[in-house]
Amino acid sequence: MDEILEILENDARALPEEIAKMLKKKPQAIKEAIKKFEKEGIILKYKAVINKGLIKDVDSSVRALIEVNIIPQKDLGFDKIAERIYSFPEVSSCYLISGSYDLLLVVEGKDLQSVARFVAEKLAPLENIRGTTTHFLLKKYKEDGVILKHREENKRIAISY
Amino acid sequence: MQKNMKTIISKKVDDMQPSGIRAFFDLVLGMKEVISLGVGEPDFVTPWQIREAGIYSLEQGFTSYTSNKGLYKLRLGLSRYLSGKCGVEYCPDEEILITVGVSEAFDLALRAMLNPLDEVLIPVPCYVSYGPLVELAGGVPVYIDTCGSNFKLTPAAIKKAINKKTKALVLNYPCNPTGVSYTKSELEEFKKIILANNLICIADEVYDELTYDFTHTPFVSLSGAKKNTLYLNGFSKSFAMTGWRVGFACGPKEIIAAMTKVHQYTIMCVSITSQMAACEALASGRKAIEEMKREYKRRREFVIDRLNGLGLSCAMPQGAFYAFPSIKSSGLTSIEFAQKLLKVQKVAVVPGTAFGSCAEGFLRISYASSMDNLKEALNRMEIFLKNQRKCTASYSRKNSLR
Repeated sequence: MDEILEILENDARALPEEIAKMLKKKPQAIKEAIKKFEKEGIILKYKAVINKGLIKDVDSSVRALIEVNIIPQKDLGFDKIAERIYSFPEVSSCYLISGSYDLLLVVEGKDLQSVARFVAEKLAPLENIRGTTTHFLLKKYKEDGVILKHREENKRIAISY
Repeated sequence: MQKNMKTIISKKVDDMQPSGIRAFFDLVLGMKEVISLGVGEPDFVTPWQIREAGIYSLEQGFTSYTSNKGLYKLRLGLSRYLSGKCGVEYCPDEEILITVGVSEAFDLALRAMLNPLDEVLIPVPCYVSYGPLVELAGGVPVYIDTCGSNFKLTPAAIKKAINKKTKALVLNYPCNPTGVSYTKSELEEFKKIILANNLICIADEVYDELTYDFTHTPFVSLSGAKKNTLYLNGFSKSFAMTGWRVGFACGPKEIIAAMTKVHQYTIMCVSITSQMAACEALASGRKAIEEMKREYKRRREFVIDRLNGLGLSCAMPQGAFYAFPSIKSSGLTSIEFAQKLLKVQKVAVVPGTAFGSCAEGFLRISYASSMDNLKEALNRMEIFLKNQRKCTASYSRKNSLR
């Protein structure tokens, strides 16, 4: 992977000027490279990773992993039905997977009932859907490479040879 | 009472100079919320698969002594690893000893080789333990000042320091504290002198994996160098395993046998948990090394550029994770600079003089710290220098009015 992407993936706030210093390149060259990544859709957006479990007054939400079994359509395969499903705002991620199910969805709702209603009223009745299995998430330990814990204090002694 | 206690301590140890900057270190350790660029170890935690191997070995009940020389499995693994890395075959039975870090290996080497008053050449500035350990082993450290040659050892300087009593040359590259390293052709010149005078080169190559601009050349890989080389290395820096304390010495079987004698009476063996983890590091740690190295390199470019921008001229270090800038433009001594910077801006760095009095006017800045920390620390140094220069300017104005 390009080193610019490696840096931004870890710290989206890194400035082009800083990246230029790190990679010994001109800031203009970095800016252009980033623009190109954005244009090509390689960089889609910049966001903060938030540990929602620590926010006290946030509206509580629940997440579920839903396995979906599909009857593929002639000529269109899975893509058409997948599009129909991932267009629902409740679906935050959608993957085509190998194994005994076809699609894996991550669905968010404000409570158990709202997710259950989504499955029962929107998802399951869709034509071409053979069946669904819903797994509610109980606790998040790690997400996208980030371990969701308080920042640990430095374990090294502050000065050494 | 005090007088009695004094007589209890051996003269040799009593005469050892305590590090001049111990008080400064205590000051740093006593302060809170300091950004420290004074740390001599990686800021990465040991890669998980290596930690897991240590845990698993405990679960399996590996809690015993190992052979004095170290687990055969580890020595064999090292032999293969070094064969690939140095192109040199070390026999796992006779030519490899597992030690408690490079520190122990270095101490053993001196105790195994030195007779009273034998001289050991040590380029300075250098890691703090070399000189005192030579003295403890009864030898005489002969310091070669490299400050006049951009901290690079030169063949002429070695030749000048050699006499009949010279037994060994310590070559630490990439170097802590300067980050200086040597190319193959530079090392060839050193080798000629080593061989011509039948010296032992004690090559401390613990930072070898962190070489950024060219491929690291192990001293022992130079043709004909093996019988005059004691190759020291360890897992601390390359695999971020400082606290596990695993190093190793490879060399002529006579030296390794002599070192093993001392090692078996003092240490017995390195902790088995650490040795098991080290085996895993050899087996699967390569990827982690590459990732860490890329990250260090980016930090290096950033830090050196910022330092030079601040008027603290700094050569590009070729390895390790240290920058060694000159602070002469500030008008302060190394220790004054470090103390003031700590008090005013809460940034900790190590005065160059910790590594030899010749390094007055320099600082060691460790970039084994997160990018966020480095950015913030350098911003604070910028403010510090601005204020410092204002002070100096108004002071000299006042003086000129008198």
